[in-house]
Amino acid sequence: MSSETHMTDSNDDYEPYYVPEQSAFPILASITLFCLIFGLATFFNQLKADEAGSGGYIAIVGFLGFVSVLFFWFRQAIMENRQGMNSLQLKRSYVWGMGWFIFSEVMFFFAFFGALFYVRNFAGPWLGGEGDKGQFMNLLWEGYKYTWPVLETPDQVVNGAKAVFVGAGAHNSMYPADAHNGLLGWLPMWNTIILLSSSVTVHFAHVGLKNDNRKQFKSWLLLTVLLAIVFLYLQYMEYHEAYVDLGLTLESGIYGTTFFMLTGFHGFHVFLGMTMLLIMLLRAQNGHFTHDDCFGFESASWYWHFVDVVWVCLFFFVYII
Amino acid sequence: MGDHGPAKGFGRWLFTTNHKDIGSMYLWFSFAMFLMGGVFALVIRAELFQPGLQLVEPEFFNQMTTMHGLVMVFGAVMPAFVGLANWLIPMMVGAPDMALPRMNNWSFWILPFAFALLTSTLFMEGGGPNFGWTFYAPLSTTYAPPSVTYFIFAVHIMGASSIMGSINIIATILNMRAPGMTLMKMPLFVWTWLITAYLLIAVMPVLAGCVTMMLMDIHFGTSFFSAAGGGDPVLFQHVFWFFGHPEVYIMILPAFGIVSAIIPTFARKPLFGYASMVYATASIAFLSFIVWAHHMFTVGMPIAGELFFMYATMLIAVPTGVKVFNWITTMFRGSMSFETPMLFSIAFVILFTIGGFSGLMLAIAPADFQYHDTYFVVAHFHYVLVPGAIFSIFAGVYYWLPKWCGNMYDERLGKAHFWLSFVGLNVTFFPMHFVGLAGMPRRIPDYALQFADFNQIASMGAFLFGFSQVFFLFIVIKTIRGGKQATDEVWENPEGLEWTIPSPAPYHTFTTPPAVK
Repeated sequence: MSSETHMTDSNDDYEPYYVPEQSAFPILASITLFCLIFGLATFFNQLKADEAGSGGYIAIVGFLGFVSVLFFWFRQAIMENRQGMNSLQLKRSYVWGMGWFIFSEVMFFFAFFGALFYVRNFAGPWLGGEGDKGQFMNLLWEGYKYTWPVLETPDQVVNGAKAVFVGAGAHNSMYPADAHNGLLGWLPMWNTIILLSSSVTVHFAHVGLKNDNRKQFKSWLLLTVLLAIVFLYLQYMEYHEAYVDLGLTLESGIYGTTFFMLTGFHGFHVFLGMTMLLIMLLRAQNGHFTHDDCFGFESASWYWHFVDVVWVCLFFFVYII
Repeated sequence: MGDHGPAKGFGRWLFTTNHKDIGSMYLWFSFAMFLMGGVFALVIRAELFQPGLQLVEPEFFNQMTTMHGLVMVFGAVMPAFVGLANWLIPMMVGAPDMALPRMNNWSFWILPFAFALLTSTLFMEGGGPNFGWTFYAPLSTTYAPPSVTYFIFAVHIMGASSIMGSINIIATILNMRAPGMTLMKMPLFVWTWLITAYLLIAVMPVLAGCVTMMLMDIHFGTSFFSAAGGGDPVLFQHVFWFFGHPEVYIMILPAFGIVSAIIPTFARKPLFGYASMVYATASIAFLSFIVWAHHMFTVGMPIAGELFFMYATMLIAVPTGVKVFNWITTMFRGSMSFETPMLFSIAFVILFTIGGFSGLMLAIAPADFQYHDTYFVVAHFHYVLVPGAIFSIFAGVYYWLPKWCGNMYDERLGKAHFWLSFVGLNVTFFPMHFVGLAGMPRRIPDYALQFADFNQIASMGAFLFGFSQVFFLFIVIKTIRGGKQATDEVWENPEGLEWTIPSPAPYHTFTTPPAVK
């Protein structure tokens, strides 16, 4: 091992590397995460068996514990950076880490988009009697005709009033043709406009930060968070309309299933992204971030752009075609 | 930060940020799971020793087949490779530690909790998961025991652990290499792990999506896998195998890297075809995404699907053949010696090739209609996993253990362990080809009388193989506690930065980067 060679280079690869001290955060995170999922699973099982029990409380304790651990863990990581302990190399590692984390999120959505694609192009038509496969599939669900959106389930066609999966019925989908107040009253369009704008506003915030214009930075960031809140509120209204007015629910067959799972997970990610941006706003308020050291904010904004792209796919595949 | 050594007491292991500590924990955890999964397997083999039902109820037998698969895949093989990655990748690329040391600790410490939860389902009302490690719907949804909910969440956090571990490995490889360590100078173990980590990040979220769909179907009335609501149970198999096929390469690519390190050392020749090894690994990874439905030939796909997946699957034989060719060519006219790691590696090349060929047989869609769900399939994937993944891990442990603990293992005992394992595994799994071709179905606790002889032989082999691993434990502990002092190089002129540091490797290595020529 010859450690003295090249030491005069200005390359930052040669910086002393910061290996963090021992840390209690990981093990605490594991314990609280275990508590959360054990409680949640117990709670779901108790719900299904219609029993009372402590599952829900265990989950809440686990959740609060987990969130606190993450809070203090991130806090420490931020403090280390502000004390100048992070080398440029470590900062690049964070960038790689966030990038690959977002890729993993992309693949999570990919599974659900894949399910939608498979049902609409293969499973659905076969169930409705199309092609060689359809000939015998339709023996099981005789008389079922496939259309998308599935507003009357095979279950209803065969079992009538005894059906478990009850579709929303004709003209009760989220498609523009079924929109009640014309295209301008069509929520998804507004949500698309809002989310796309918010990607632009977060970019303006970034430009402001890069130009050391903190007022521009903070106000555009605040606007982004507000747009996120409006988006979530509109989605809440949409869900309310679906459940109350249209009778379109998670239980109403594969259309409701894919609709709510895709938009629901997206909405959850919007919530996460909004929380990240909100934390960045609070940090900005406390004087964090400079034009050359703003990984926290940048990673939150990358996440935000990712959420935006997922929405564009959703808008196209779930609402339009 | 400095040269502080390990902390005192048990806190060292709970709070550590050191890649060597974490690597050791991964390896010990993996070995514990290997023994537990092995006990499950021996329950299966004991029941199958004779036709008829002797030892366990069919319901419990199903739980054993399920848990054996889950524990071996997610608890034994994957963590063992992550443990090796933790120990070796920083030393191989000349980095002081993993890129994100605290997250590294978290990736590990999720696992004991996940497996405690998974194993505890065996004691729950209604029993543990009984639907096979592939947990096909509706067995795992409509007809599942209540413990399936715990299983789902256990899989979720195992996936989180794998994703974080992989992000760490990729960041380490791409960002922490010593100056001069260009990508095409990296040891193949590093290359294969880079590609494996990419596969993991790509498919573990799909598995998470898959179990999430199950959770929703079970508890919240969705109809992903229910035709009554317009969904399709076959959808489950597509989503699962989109994860599952890359997953089987996740369990073999790092093994390729290990034998690619060992064979050149004991053949005393540089590896033949380094660049083609890298490209072959990348091709295998790419192909792994477009072959998943060859697990589902009998499910009733359109003929175009059958043909596409059949040809795409056969294509994998090309890059795999490149690899086998390179290993053999490396040995060709080499100055060979047969220390334990080399024995395991040569057995790897031969037996993995057998497993690969039975895979080619299974890839032929019309023939697969006959083989599907028989013991032939069991024979095939055990031939790629046991002398494939597991033997490579043994080989790696014997090869690098002197570097880790500073002592040489006892060569006679190591060779004894090799021959016991080699005989045991072939006696166990080779007869399964025959009973499978003759039509014995897998995952069934009873069988027709004509299969009795081969099953008895297989069961005896299984117990031989199983107890040989206790012997392995003894050898490893003996080596850690003492033995001949290992030199820094350990072997004769081995390739790689890890042999330039003292044995045992100091707690912190490469705090300043080494020079790479």
